Amino acid sequence: METIVGPLFTGLSTGSILLLAALGLSLTFGQMGVINMAHGEFIMAGTYTAYVTQQIVGDAGVSLLIALPIGFAVGGAMGLVLETLLIRHLYHRPLDTLLATFGVGLILQQVARDVFGAPAVNVTVPEFLRGGVDVLGTTVPKTRLFIMALAVVAVAAVALVLRFTSAGRRIRAVVGNRDLAEASGIASRTVDAGTFFIGSGLAGVAGVALTLIGSTSPTTGQSYLVDAFLVVVAGGLGRIKGAVVAAVALGSLQAVFETYSTASLAKVGVFVVIVVFLQLRPQGLFTLRTRSLA
Amino acid sequence: MPHRSTPRAGRTARALAAAAAVAVAAATAACGSRAGDEATAAESCLDTSGDTVKVGALNSLSGTMAISETTVRDAIYLAVDQINADGGVLDKQIEIVAEDGASEPTVFAEKSEKLIREDCVAAVFGGWTSASRKAMLPVFEDNDSLLYYPVQYEGLEASENIFYSGATTNQQIVPALDYLAEAGVESMYLVGSDYVFPRTANAVINAYAEAHGIEILGEDYVPLGSTEFSTIVQQVDSAGADAVFNTLNGDSNVAFFREYTNVGLTAEDMPVMSVSIAEEEIGGIGIENIEGQLAAWNYYQTIESDTNAAFVEAFKGEYGDDRVTSDPMEASYNSVHLWAATVEKAGSFEVDDVQEAAGGVSFDGPEGTVVIDGDNNHLSKTARIGIIESDGLLHTIWESDGPIEPDPFLEGYDWAADLSVGE
Repeated sequence: METIVGPLFTGLSTGSILLLAALGLSLTFGQMGVINMAHGEFIMAGTYTAYVTQQIVGDAGVSLLIALPIGFAVGGAMGLVLETLLIRHLYHRPLDTLLATFGVGLILQQVARDVFGAPAVNVTVPEFLRGGVDVLGTTVPKTRLFIMALAVVAVAAVALVLRFTSAGRRIRAVVGNRDLAEASGIASRTVDAGTFFIGSGLAGVAGVALTLIGSTSPTTGQSYLVDAFLVVVAGGLGRIKGAVVAAVALGSLQAVFETYSTASLAKVGVFVVIVVFLQLRPQGLFTLRTRSLA
Repeated sequence: MPHRSTPRAGRTARALAAAAAVAVAAATAACGSRAGDEATAAESCLDTSGDTVKVGALNSLSGTMAISETTVRDAIYLAVDQINADGGVLDKQIEIVAEDGASEPTVFAEKSEKLIREDCVAAVFGGWTSASRKAMLPVFEDNDSLLYYPVQYEGLEASENIFYSGATTNQQIVPALDYLAEAGVESMYLVGSDYVFPRTANAVINAYAEAHGIEILGEDYVPLGSTEFSTIVQQVDSAGADAVFNTLNGDSNVAFFREYTNVGLTAEDMPVMSVSIAEEEIGGIGIENIEGQLAAWNYYQTIESDTNAAFVEAFKGEYGDDRVTSDPMEASYNSVHLWAATVEKAGSFEVDDVQEAAGGVSFDGPEGTVVIDGDNNHLSKTARIGIIESDGLLHTIWESDGPIEPDPFLEGYDWAADLSVGE
């Protein structure tokens, strides 16, 4: 039993981490088509938000709960500034966007290094999340359960906003057909800014949560960026559902491969599977039905 | 619905392809030919006619290794300031030419070339990863110049042009294994980052284990910078070894120890012996996740001696009270003083004279007296096992009987007979 529960849980857990990191990207990249290489640095900003909040508040548990919304605001604000000052002027120029945001990412890393110092800082895990829970003979860390729960909440929130609020309807309208949406009186520029705010804010939330299991250092975000793009591309652009399925699938693949080989080989295995998959199905798991011509 | 490639999808695909191309180009550049391949050995352009002499400080100030290497830079400056305040070397003030290695081995090679040929430095201090050292080695050999490398490493190397002021395997890993064996450890699990140092270190550990009847229950590697340890920690947990030998580097340690603590493993039931965690790294991991675990180095901030007290005080005075001192910093501090002492002994800055005079040169460093071994340019060093206590510092719980002679190729160990050839 132990041998099944271990990898199964790890797959779900790794998947939920990937999903948290990729959820914001599935909005900014998936819905808007903006390749934002600074997404990882927004995650990094979230980790430092958790650190600063903890320094001020003191109590690890309280500060974690406060840091989640603050992280959303910090990430979102940074995204909004980036969108307004840079990305907005580079729409329809994906190559330039890619290089410009890559540069912004490097600048943000250096800023973090200058402000907080090069060594990693410590964000203390709250007492109630320390240790593990015994599930059928395998010890499951509470921090990972928390992250899984947070991923579920975040996905549900995004899905509800997109489906049931008027802001969400406007976002879907602009993604579906920008010209028609504009003709219907939707201010597409405002919608773009709003979408980018939410997507970047989610990166901030991911950053806060990831301090529970990972490090808080200037380069933290980079380790999640590539995986996040993989999830969005494999899941299919523009589909939250795709990101969810792809994240869990990639997480499980990694866990299963790793159980029977090594972590390095598992990584290679996952990449091979993705390459083959995208050869067969370049549009990803799910496609967005759009009437847009451009 | 049939898939239709819209112009937007096409652009996105092209942009992604470009991103991939950038990544591939970077990777190709990283394994490309080293700088200076075409160059023939040139006469040094070192100019000692003025009242200053230039040395190079080559450390990563950007990129993933900046976390560690900026602290080495601080220690180099401290040593140079001290020597200058005492009147300099051969009555000349030392002037530092600083360069950024940017965590890229190729950049280290290029910048070394620049420091040697354009800045005409007398010696270069720096490097951290073995990859950076391996990239710089041919440059220093081709140009017949001097590199002082300050970090413990995997051994199996000796160059006339490199002085190694950190530990080689028989001054760190072998004593750590001796310590564990003495403590009754009969089985171990090996966890490391996937690059040259952990792989070579684990080859040494495997050979040692086989000869000493220690069972290796597992050997796992993660990509550098990986933060996903769920599976590995589960496997470590269920293997139930007496101890874990950890050769992880950088941020991976944070994720590893957090996961380790969270599944309920402690230093009491399965101690972890680490060889890349020093005082600097403990803060980022969080003391609650690592208290009681072990590390093997030659120097700790807590060593009780007047020399060390003065070093720690000088360092904190220069860079702030919240800073800690660690082994690689101490080793680079020593290396600057050793270079100065060698130059004084030789009475010359010329590379040949320095190489000739180096054997037997000693320095009373914070870790104790270190002496250059003229045969392999390594130092004799005292090995120490430290335990991490609640103050976030390492405290010595075992040390070797005096300094251990360097043996980079492990020639003095029968069980290591097959290792040296596998370089």
